[in-house]
Amino acid sequence: MAHDSLYAQPEAPAERAEAHAWWRTALTRWDTVIVVVLAAVVVVASLSIDGFASTGNAQFLLLDVVPIALIALPLTLIIITGEIDLSVASTLGLCSAVMGQLWLTGLPLEVIVVLVVLLGGLLGAVNGVFVTRFGLPALAVTIGTLAAYRGLAYVVLGDRAVADFPYDWTAASLSTVAGGSLPWAMVMVLLLACAFGVVLHVTPFGRKLYAMGNNAEAASFAGVSVATAKFWLFVTSGAVSGLAGVFWTLRFASARADNAFALELAVVAAVLLGGVSIFGGRGALLGVLAGVLLLGTVRNALQLADVSSEALYVVTGSLLVASVVVPNVVGMARSWLRRRRRAAPA
Amino acid sequence: MKTGAPVAEGQQATPTAEPAKTNGRTRFVQRLWVVREIGIAAALGLLVLVTAIDSPGFLSAPSIRDVLLGASILVILAVGQTVVIVSRNIDLSVGSVLGLVAFATGKLFLAAPGTPIVLAILAGIGLGAVCGAINGALVATARVPALVITLGMLYVYRGVDHLWAKGQQINAADMPAGFLSMGTSTLLGVPVLAFIALAVVLVAGMYLHSYRSGRELYAIGSEPNAARLSGIPVGRRVFGAFVVCGGMAGLAGALYAARFGTIDATVGTGLELEVVAAAVVGGVAIFGGSGSVYGAALGALLLTTIGTSLAVLRIDPFWQQAVVGGLILAAIGLDRLLALRVANRLKGRSSHGA
Repeated sequence: MAHDSLYAQPEAPAERAEAHAWWRTALTRWDTVIVVVLAAVVVVASLSIDGFASTGNAQFLLLDVVPIALIALPLTLIIITGEIDLSVASTLGLCSAVMGQLWLTGLPLEVIVVLVVLLGGLLGAVNGVFVTRFGLPALAVTIGTLAAYRGLAYVVLGDRAVADFPYDWTAASLSTVAGGSLPWAMVMVLLLACAFGVVLHVTPFGRKLYAMGNNAEAASFAGVSVATAKFWLFVTSGAVSGLAGVFWTLRFASARADNAFALELAVVAAVLLGGVSIFGGRGALLGVLAGVLLLGTVRNALQLADVSSEALYVVTGSLLVASVVVPNVVGMARSWLRRRRRAAPA
Repeated sequence: MKTGAPVAEGQQATPTAEPAKTNGRTRFVQRLWVVREIGIAAALGLLVLVTAIDSPGFLSAPSIRDVLLGASILVILAVGQTVVIVSRNIDLSVGSVLGLVAFATGKLFLAAPGTPIVLAILAGIGLGAVCGAINGALVATARVPALVITLGMLYVYRGVDHLWAKGQQINAADMPAGFLSMGTSTLLGVPVLAFIALAVVLVAGMYLHSYRSGRELYAIGSEPNAARLSGIPVGRRVFGAFVVCGGMAGLAGALYAARFGTIDATVGTGLELEVVAAAVVGGVAIFGGSGSVYGAALGALLLTTIGTSLAVLRIDPFWQQAVVGGLILAAIGLDRLLALRVANRLKGRSSHGA
């Protein structure tokens, strides 16, 4: 199939896998590594940076990661099936622009929110049709719709901003559980994450997604309806991006066509950092959530520590590169050692 | 991310089917892909025609010069990107490399105002090639996906740019007049930048079409395992492709500095997807193995012309990006149709025992 043979995988470490105890496998899994790194960053930042551990800071840290965390959930599933969706940030922008325009027409906000999420689903369905019905590569299709949806957002709202959303709605987007530091929006993310987690890791449908990612052809011969599943994943991705658009608009009390511009690569980076293979077939939702939180925490800590926020770019990039290079190099070193041991006389 | 197997193979096998045996089958296939490039050229011609009929001023020398000037940098980037994409890789870091090199060029002139222009451009290409070599080394030796590596390096190069600039902005006054005038001046009415871009296109086009290592890039893009088994040094070729792409991004960065004169650390942000879009519109298959730099260059020219045309036609400029998006979708749809026809034709021939 297409391109998975491209970057030869490190020579199969599988042969010795059964020799490991389960806890050793668990400890060396990437999602465990990333959770530990996240915990370490939180501890170090709390101890060394003034104001990091405050209620207010935690609230804003969590609010900041909500859009990326939301979009990362369906994107994880899509990447596990071996596809990709780069149009998510443009979908968010278009949904935000439409939300602003509809608000100007005087519709009640409850109706608008439903319409906007439906619109997101529709935009996702367009991607899904191109990918699953016409058989076009998702990377190219969603680069196309990335431009198209962002363009349509400008067509809808131009360079204007709609900002007069009712106060109770914008305040609600910031509100926290019992006035603490956990925003309700984050609770929504966690509930959705549980739903996606159950679908991916517990249901047969979830297993099928992995099967597709490993070998779509084999999966379809085994009776998995690959096209239908992928289509609905794109619809879900669009709808969740629409929901993220609603949150973004309310949180900043501003509907603009350029909302979340270029956010797509940040989301993809978070998902890949979370240990999902770009070729599909591998990854877990826990790792992705930890990846999203890790990026958000590092950014927040750097800002508080007065390190220029641009240094974050270097950190993000290095983490991402390390997340793929380190396991590969370790794998190669292991197999080299094994070969040497075998070659040496007993 | 996975294309339907049989058709993709038919499509990707085409350029490698070229050497020696020019039987009817390959001739048909070649003709079809020439048609693909003629198709973009025709779309471009039609766009120019419609715009010119509406407002003849569009074909005036200054207007053409503006379009060529605007397209030159994107064309150079698209050429570099094509070299990487045909080998079934991708380089998302080009926008950041362009920004870093543009800033470095400005810094070079600040530090040594007397630097000869050619030397400054060569330094830019060199820095870009170093960035490309880092990408290439990571992809080829650590054997990890190019999409992930170059996405990471997109952030790293941009971050280095920001850390270096510390909010500083370099202005036209900081750079020698001769360098700046190269960015906008013309030769026989054609911008110097366009000549540079044309030279890049021709050299890269000849390399990919006629040189052994150029052909090997297509072979790698068509089927990396088969390429490896047939003795092609895959790692070295892929590494080379990334160095070339980085070098082109470096050249584009130096030219960007010359053309715009004002440089800060945000230069070239988001350019990477536009470059990939130009290549895709130009018929370069996103999973490698087929496409040409001529197509990619035409794609870049078409994307740039759309912007100008819409303005001339007094269409709301906000439509521009939507049109570009539609164009990308139309282009990949067309490629798919062509690939299907190729596959059918090849199937038909082989079943007749040809």
